[in-house]
Amino acid sequence: MNTETVIEAPETRINEQIKVHGDPKSSKYKVPDPIVQVNGANLYYGEKQALKSIYMDIPKNKATAFIGPSGCGKSTLLRCFNRLNDLVDSARVEGEILIDGEDIYDPSVDITQLRKNVGMVFQKSNPFPKSIYENVAYGARIAGENRKSVLDETVEKSLKGAALWDEVHDRLHESALGMSGGQMQRLCIARAIAVEPEILLMDEPCSALDPIATGKIEDLITELKSKYTIVIVTHNMQQASRVSDYTAFMYLGELIEYDTTETIFLKPKYKQTEDYVSGKFG
Amino acid sequence: MNKKFWKSGDPFVWLTGVALMFSLLMIAGLLYLIAAKGLGFFWPANVAEIRLKDGNMVLGEITGHEKVKGYNAAEDEPYIERTQLKIGNRDLYGLDFRWVDDDQIESTTYPKFAVVLERREWGNMYGFIKEVSESGQIICSGNEECWPVLEDQIPRYARIADEIKSIEKGTIGGINAQIENLRLDIRGLEMKGGDNREEILKIQTKIKEQEEKYKEQEEILTSLYTEFNKEKVMVASVDGREKEMPAGNIVRAYRPNDMSWFQKTSFYLSKVWEFVSAEPREANTEGGVFPAIFGTVLMVLIMSVVVLPFGVVAALYLREYAKQGVLVRIVRICVNNLAGVPSIVFGVFAVGFFIYGLGSTIDGIFFKEALPNPTYGTGGILWASLTLALLTVPVVIVATEEGLSAVPKEIRDGSLALGATKFETTWKIVIPSAMPAILTGLILAIARATGEVAPLMITGVVKLAPQLPIDSYFPYMHLERKFMHLGFHIYDVGFQSPNVEAAKPMVYTTAMLLILIVVALNLTAIIIRNQLRKKYTTSAV
Repeated sequence: MNTETVIEAPETRINEQIKVHGDPKSSKYKVPDPIVQVNGANLYYGEKQALKSIYMDIPKNKATAFIGPSGCGKSTLLRCFNRLNDLVDSARVEGEILIDGEDIYDPSVDITQLRKNVGMVFQKSNPFPKSIYENVAYGARIAGENRKSVLDETVEKSLKGAALWDEVHDRLHESALGMSGGQMQRLCIARAIAVEPEILLMDEPCSALDPIATGKIEDLITELKSKYTIVIVTHNMQQASRVSDYTAFMYLGELIEYDTTETIFLKPKYKQTEDYVSGKFG
Repeated sequence: MNKKFWKSGDPFVWLTGVALMFSLLMIAGLLYLIAAKGLGFFWPANVAEIRLKDGNMVLGEITGHEKVKGYNAAEDEPYIERTQLKIGNRDLYGLDFRWVDDDQIESTTYPKFAVVLERREWGNMYGFIKEVSESGQIICSGNEECWPVLEDQIPRYARIADEIKSIEKGTIGGINAQIENLRLDIRGLEMKGGDNREEILKIQTKIKEQEEKYKEQEEILTSLYTEFNKEKVMVASVDGREKEMPAGNIVRAYRPNDMSWFQKTSFYLSKVWEFVSAEPREANTEGGVFPAIFGTVLMVLIMSVVVLPFGVVAALYLREYAKQGVLVRIVRICVNNLAGVPSIVFGVFAVGFFIYGLGSTIDGIFFKEALPNPTYGTGGILWASLTLALLTVPVVIVATEEGLSAVPKEIRDGSLALGATKFETTWKIVIPSAMPAILTGLILAIARATGEVAPLMITGVVKLAPQLPIDSYFPYMHLERKFMHLGFHIYDVGFQSPNVEAAKPMVYTTAMLLILIVVALNLTAIIIRNQLRKKYTTSAV
């Protein structure tokens, strides 16, 4: 149901912060050991502004969830981190986004290097029309690795990392398209971690999966947290509360509230957040 | 009730069904007609001996029967029935076919000894063997006695004929080619100017050597021809006329009325084999069509090799790199319309651009010695293939574009998100995924190109090509050569031949062969495509 028309426009949090603190940058929610720092990111699709002055830090080796109703900009924000928005002709980004302290929108940045460092798992599982082995080895091959022993090792390690090895180790050279939906999504995770990124972006990774497959992926996320920084966009609030350490609530292109998952779900500061997590709208 | 009936959609379903059925029936009818007329051509039909009421005799294969309005028939029975016979003996009668009114026939018999001689000249002979002689000496006489002699001798003559052909086409052809090359070398040296008399002399001695060889071969040939014409066969036609011919002139001799079903089948198969493997004889109305098959297939292959990369690259630019806008839309419309341009227009363009433009330039640069004889400046298989490639490139572009646009965006994003560049993504993910569609385009292109005749007639197809475009003489591929083509062969045999009636079955047989080749080429491409499709089926999830 489209309830967005019923809800009143939010009191703009940014303006409020500026009123209270003066500088919105200093009012950012403090997280330990931030790896991604977003300082006043604005994103426009042509005339339309999709992200409005986002300030946030994302902690290293934690899982951070983005929640919010459809069209709130959470996927857009996620795609800013690996510059996949560059593929949209009309998209334009302002402000700075730092990863490991480096502005990724700086013209000197090598996009392919950035994307190797920031892996991504998509909403719809998108294995390449190749064998399971070639899917996982793809990133390494792109990086110029052709030694079979190294590739074999990478494939095994990544598939084990994605908890898929036991299911597919005897049919690595069959087409990836013959797998089940959950397996395909884990294959995509394996493919992403095969290039050893620091950050793993997940754009609603379970929205097309049944509860059992979803459970497996969630377990996997919990496991992967120790090695990778995970940013996950989800529609499913239970999922956010289960897997994430921090949660950001977004609405109409603005970051409304960002805190530990516990705080967001139990005692949120803003009424909109409370309405959303309690299911009053969304 | 009535309204409900129309609303139910049943009439529409019937309409679509009927339309489909009509299409299928027409295709089936076409195939049936061609197969029925073409398949029987090689079957050794019985030879009928017809005694007419006026005492005359006619001998031949019954080839047709019809009812026509007679010009002096009775008032109450205006139609008469008549039978068509292939009587052969063109050298005696002047005509191969004859109509006999059914009411003039007194009796029809099938004499055991009636013999059919398939000859290298003058077509079939129908009659009875009278005697076989060697330099005036009669070896045997009468049907009974001569038949074993003849059966024994004919394979030997076939071997001699092969030998003669291999010397004429192979050895002597090679010597000629070498002499021609040396002559061109001299001409090249002369054109270069300066003092190179010594070199020229050297080449001239080489030419002399080759000419010596030529003379040797010619002597061998002469002796072979003498051997070939040593024995003479005397044959009597049914009306008592006699004809003597060298035994070497006979390709096959058979007595269809005396053949068992098994013998006829093996005869049929040997004729079919000759048809697909041998060269044509007698102004293309007899013998085989191998050079035409070879030309057709080679032309389609060259076209495929050219059209595939060009079409795919063009489509890649249009779909993947060009900024989608008004200009690209206009280009796309133009490409689509290009597929509808009449093929002869492409032919005319090819004559102007490829032959007179490119070809003459190539001749001027690389084949100066041979001028004024054109090498590439005249029609040839290369230019014909390029013309067809031009004709079919829109088909490949359209199909490839469709295939490219069907590759899901998620897959491209997935590749880019792993740090692949756009080029890597296109090369490793997008093109393989679009491969089945690309091959579909190629299949359509092949289907169109194989059947095309009009533009070929002005870009290099000939009625009879003396040499194949590929042979064992350097540089092996002679793409400047003119070639034979099945489609043109049909036209030529059916409508340009001096003996149209005799060539009619040949037209159907060749048409059937052309269809079979199109099917075979397409089937190959379809099998490859299905293999790929199995590999690249996109997921249902």
